[in-house]
Amino acid sequence: MAVLSKEEAKQIIDKVLAFSKADETSANLNGSRTGNIRYARNSVSTSGETTNLSLSVTSVFGKKSGTATINEFDDKSLEKTVRRAEEIAHLAPDNPEYVGMLGPQNYLDIKSFAASTDAINPDFRAEAAFKSIDPCAKKDLTAAGYWEDSTGFAALGNTKGLFGYNAATSVDFSITVRTNDGLGSGYAVRDVNDVSKLDVALATEVAIQKAQASSKAKALEPGKYTVILEPTAAVDLLQNMMGSMDARNADEGRSFLGKKGGGTRLGEKLFDERVNIYSDPQNLEIPGSPFGGGGGRFAFGGGGSDGRAQEKVVWVENGVVKNMYYSRYWAEKKGVKAIPPPSGFIFAGGNESLADLIKGTEKGILVTRLWYIRAVDPQTLLYTGLTRDGTFYIENGVIKYPVKNFRFNESPVIMLNNLEAAGKPMRQGGNLVPPLKIRDFTFTSLSDAV
Amino acid sequence: MLPGFAANVRTVSPEALMEPGLDVAVKKRLADAALNAAKSKGATYADVRIGRYLNQFVITREDKVQNIVNTESYGVGIRVIANGCWGFAAVADAKSDAQIAKAAEDAVAIAKANSKLMKQPVELAPQKGFGEVSWKAPIKKNAFEVPVKEKVDLLLDVNAAAMKNGANYVNSILFMVNEQKYFASTDGSYIDQDIHRIWPNFTVTAIDPASGKFQTRNSLSSPMGMGYDYLQVNPKDKVTGVTTRYNMGYDMLEDITAGAQQAKMKLSAKSVEAGKYDLILDPSHLWLTIHESVGHPLELDRVLGYEANFAGTSFATLDKWQSKNFKYGSDKVTLIADKTQVGSLGAVGWDDEGVNTKKWDLVKDGVLVNYQAIRDQAKIIGEKESHGCCYADSWSSVQFQRMANVSLASGKTPLSVEDMIKDVKKGIYIIGDGSFSIDQQRYNFQFGGQLFYEIKDGKIVGMLKDVAYQSNTQEFWNSCVQVCDERDYRLGGSFFDGKGQPSQSSAVSHGSSTARFAGVNVINTARKI
Repeated sequence: MAVLSKEEAKQIIDKVLAFSKADETSANLNGSRTGNIRYARNSVSTSGETTNLSLSVTSVFGKKSGTATINEFDDKSLEKTVRRAEEIAHLAPDNPEYVGMLGPQNYLDIKSFAASTDAINPDFRAEAAFKSIDPCAKKDLTAAGYWEDSTGFAALGNTKGLFGYNAATSVDFSITVRTNDGLGSGYAVRDVNDVSKLDVALATEVAIQKAQASSKAKALEPGKYTVILEPTAAVDLLQNMMGSMDARNADEGRSFLGKKGGGTRLGEKLFDERVNIYSDPQNLEIPGSPFGGGGGRFAFGGGGSDGRAQEKVVWVENGVVKNMYYSRYWAEKKGVKAIPPPSGFIFAGGNESLADLIKGTEKGILVTRLWYIRAVDPQTLLYTGLTRDGTFYIENGVIKYPVKNFRFNESPVIMLNNLEAAGKPMRQGGNLVPPLKIRDFTFTSLSDAV
Repeated sequence: MLPGFAANVRTVSPEALMEPGLDVAVKKRLADAALNAAKSKGATYADVRIGRYLNQFVITREDKVQNIVNTESYGVGIRVIANGCWGFAAVADAKSDAQIAKAAEDAVAIAKANSKLMKQPVELAPQKGFGEVSWKAPIKKNAFEVPVKEKVDLLLDVNAAAMKNGANYVNSILFMVNEQKYFASTDGSYIDQDIHRIWPNFTVTAIDPASGKFQTRNSLSSPMGMGYDYLQVNPKDKVTGVTTRYNMGYDMLEDITAGAQQAKMKLSAKSVEAGKYDLILDPSHLWLTIHESVGHPLELDRVLGYEANFAGTSFATLDKWQSKNFKYGSDKVTLIADKTQVGSLGAVGWDDEGVNTKKWDLVKDGVLVNYQAIRDQAKIIGEKESHGCCYADSWSSVQFQRMANVSLASGKTPLSVEDMIKDVKKGIYIIGDGSFSIDQQRYNFQFGGQLFYEIKDGKIVGMLKDVAYQSNTQEFWNSCVQVCDERDYRLGGSFFDGKGQPSQSSAVSHGSSTARFAGVNVINTARKI
């Protein structure tokens, strides 16, 4: 029984806290059941299921803290774990940055659990793989894909009266389709909380079309191009930027948000005025977590496990940096609200579809996906990486022909200053991201990879 | 910087890391329970891995200990072939025959369910059983025996040296690993192994507040398949020159002192002029280029398409290997796979499917001659046995083909780095690994570094910054004109080579001597935001 109800979880946590002899004690209880199926060369390669239920106890004396973990839940084991955490705390050096535990929080009600996903079994997964392999095999194409579903919960409580519980489900599905001559490759990726919203056959069809259309690509000279980044391509660069919005790094002068002469660029207009990025854990398309470590796909997501409540936060408004995220220590030192990092973000877009953006493009490159993205310079957020699985030349509003893949060297900060248009957002990796039309995107070399 | 913790990893006290695991006789009994249960349900092959995985991290910044984490993970993973198809199941904390037998039965059921979608039954290369055997990494000092206080004191001393030498910030970490693995299979092997790894590392940051610019320098250490003995300072392990580099022993205090000074120097270094340069690549840098452009493309599962949806496929297709004349590199280039090298991250006695480890050529005098293959792939490349490079990062992960240590053979004629540089008219000497990116078929890559020195007319004339080089794998290795002799040979490596879905980490070393590559394209990475 890996997924406990709120009442069952609270009962265990209360027992743990009752054993406490420390100044402060917290308990985190997490459980999940995760299943997967992987296939390649039109055949299943691996498949498995794992369950996990574990309790982590942190005891604090002054500024010394110790953590012990266990996955047995009888009274004797629970008490032993509390004692062990206390022993480890006594032996630990002082942590001068320790901040006392939070009291009760007001957590948002978030619908992140779907019974349909919770009910997935090995036959369901095998069927999903079949729905994806079969159309490829019939068209003499080769499918490689991966499906992972998870149902889980997270509960936390402490001796200052905090308690939180959240159950969540998730499914991640990705499919690569290649032509058998090795000259074409297409890709699609989807993630949902509710498996009834996932159409495997439709996603596979997208990958099939891209594989067929990308075959026999022509080489274009590298250089600066207007690009349309599909959400799958845009999300990675945006996610990297969102992951670099830590206030302490900016204050310390080692972030793209650090400023010449000291201070940060908070409040400065850093992007095109049409750039608006916010997070909203209650958004129905990307239900987040009420607190860090809220179970399911967000089990290790934003906010850490210190129990801070997730709420709606505006990060960038009309191109101006409005907020950064903080550790509790740094926020206390700076005398500001300790905003946790978000579990997912929303890049506000318009109503235009990808097809509309293509139609409105005189000359440009359509990018399906970016790959092997690595930071080159943290100062300017310069990243390098490559296009992959479907790159196409657009002329006078129509896709003319497939082009060879490019290596790019580009910063999301520069990219979001060169924004031409943002279309209708779609869910990507727990975020909502629109297709983005960007001018002067920098491609520095060509790749022969398909 | 920390890796994600896998499921079923528990935090424990430092003392718990020294407690013995299960007795080998108990492990044999549990293994037999799994093998018998799998066979009774119809498995034609089964293997069982009983694993205890111990980690310790000591994490500091400036004058503070940020965290000390001790983790233990114990469980059993069972892999079977039934109806010609693989099945796998794992169980945490299993100590009873009944728990393990149930997992074995689950694995058989999964194999049978998957066999409905099977195109071709699995065919394993034959493997003899070894009976009851064991292997232990030849370490001199178990890192878990060293008191935590000693480790904390080392890092805080190191950090103080950085601050004294001009760093504005410093982060340092000691990361120690012990894998206690027991493998048994229906082939008749019962293999007990004890593997140790260590990685001391740091990043120093220097800031120029007036310009708002910052520069970092990472440690020139390497993760190693060693114990705490890697931190014993010994002059014979040092390679002096423009900066000191290290072989089988690492002087962290010396490296961070230089590192802090160099991070400051980088702030005022000359920004590189883009163009073609001869590159002199130190082993502390070249390991990563070898890893990405040789190690990965020559993994047979990638060549065959098993990684198409994630890590990618490979340009080094079977027809190129079959031609027997595919010029992967110049005739100076011989690249060797090796799972036996002492002190390396990949060294074990047997791999995770009970195959004894070995050493073999991948590229010989420039020509592609082989791949890295495991039991269910060996037949595809006409091999009679597996190369012994199968690995799983946990008892809960299914084992699959992973990269062996892949290294560049040293030059056969005597050549020092100094002599190599003397001959270069316009070049850049690169030390330490930096940014890295390569396409999904391993053609086009871009690498940065830690330290860049400009060479003009045979002399180092100063430091450069904003350097990255771009090339194509075949073009790059064919531009290799010189490799220093074995006196300069050192290992680099990674704790975190990622592959598979769900993703697994593997630790792997890559050795080389300093090598010279002619006329490589260098770009300038400076931007304004």
